[in-house]
Amino acid sequence: MVTEISENSPAKMRARDVSVYYGSKRAIDSVSIDIETDYVTSFIGPSGCGKSTFLRTLNRMNDTIPSARVEGAIELDGEDIYRSGMDVVQLRARVGMVFQRPNPFPKSIYENIAYGPKIHGLADGKDHLDQIVEKSLRRAGLWDEVKDRLSDSGTALSGGQQQRLCIARAIAVEPEVILMDEPCSALDPIATAKIEELIDELRGRYAIVIVTHSMQQAARVSQRTAFFHLGNLVEYGETSEIFTNPREERTKDYITGRYG
Amino acid sequence: MTEHTVKAFDEDITRLRGLIAEMGGLAEVAIQESLHALVNGDADLARQVVERDRKLDTLESEVDKLAVRVLALRAPLADDLREIIAALKIAGVVERIGDYAKNIARRVGDVEDRKRFDPLTLLPVMGEVAAEMVHDVLTAYAARDPVLAREVIQRDERVDTFYDSIFRNLVSYMVENPATISSAAQLLFVARNIERIGDHATNVAEMVHYAATGEYPPDELR
Repeated sequence: MVTEISENSPAKMRARDVSVYYGSKRAIDSVSIDIETDYVTSFIGPSGCGKSTFLRTLNRMNDTIPSARVEGAIELDGEDIYRSGMDVVQLRARVGMVFQRPNPFPKSIYENIAYGPKIHGLADGKDHLDQIVEKSLRRAGLWDEVKDRLSDSGTALSGGQQQRLCIARAIAVEPEVILMDEPCSALDPIATAKIEELIDELRGRYAIVIVTHSMQQAARVSQRTAFFHLGNLVEYGETSEIFTNPREERTKDYITGRYG
Repeated sequence: MTEHTVKAFDEDITRLRGLIAEMGGLAEVAIQESLHALVNGDADLARQVVERDRKLDTLESEVDKLAVRVLALRAPLADDLREIIAALKIAGVVERIGDYAKNIARRVGDVEDRKRFDPLTLLPVMGEVAAEMVHDVLTAYAARDPVLAREVIQRDERVDTFYDSIFRNLVSYMVENPATISSAAQLLFVARNIERIGDHATNVAEMVHYAATGEYPPDELR
């Protein structure tokens, strides 16, 4: 595998020799990768290559699948997230997630954002909570569109707005890493552009990992790209290199549309 | 090379490569015929070379349009992207090579007293080296062959050596007999044109190398 991992890099998250099994089937085979705050990292690869599975190991979302088993080490700021006694709820606040289809709670826009800070005890009174809600919606680029109807239901928003609401919800609990699993696949090109612009604005503040089926989207939003194939991390490097001059034949065949 | 899942993409690339190959063939013939016309004082052939250059201009604009369409509609990446960009640039350079051949053809009527000039026997030989560079560099493009591209780059030195030798030779004619200045100056321009053709073929070779490997050839070659 071609990769650019340096052993002393200031990585936010480090995965070493991670394998994931669903029962006896190995979905991820010995993947090592560093995720840094300074970059947006995209995971690309054909359906079934393991990119979403691997993404979900980064905040232990696979724990919810009984047959899933993870081997190897994944560290967040040097701390093994699979160690016994790890507070998984706390982990998922630090490593937030945005899904393929926007999934706002069937509550008001305000409550969608306020829920996380409340259960994690991040808000110090009503005024502080109001501030968190406003700041999160502003960062997600949604404030101006919803500030006059915060009590409307989150599900009444358009798809693109709902997805930005979900990003605002993830931001509200002050995460360090945001995982996005095909966040634009249900959105039209304008809503997609807004999400991509938002990702670029959030870059540097949070480590962002995005799984995408759109090569052009990976090229547009990320600075690092990882190509997965059949559970292997085939190539990981600078996005501009991966898309102009990939070093691995399998990467080239995939991104130029010669796969399979 | 493996085919694209979208077959029409392969058709576009094949068509683009065909256009480039056609341009290369026309440019190569234009070089040879312009020099043939010069040596023999064949005004008819010279006129044909000038007229046929239009075809190169047309083909270049066809390459431009097709390349832009492929970029817009197929968003090519990696070696596909490098190849389309190379095609776009190569078409421009080959069109320039055609212009140099046309310029040689235009000078045919301005050279008098042909038997007097030894360089007239050297110019076709020099021209043949340059024409072969054009031929081989387009073969290298068609075959995505970086080794042949590097070999073409190295050959440019021979063209430069010819140019220096012909230059000195023609200057000595002008010094000895000012009556030759007008014709000798024309032949100097011809030599200069062929030298430029060699340089352009070298540029194409660098693009072919980049398209094929993602790297430019090493500096010591350039």
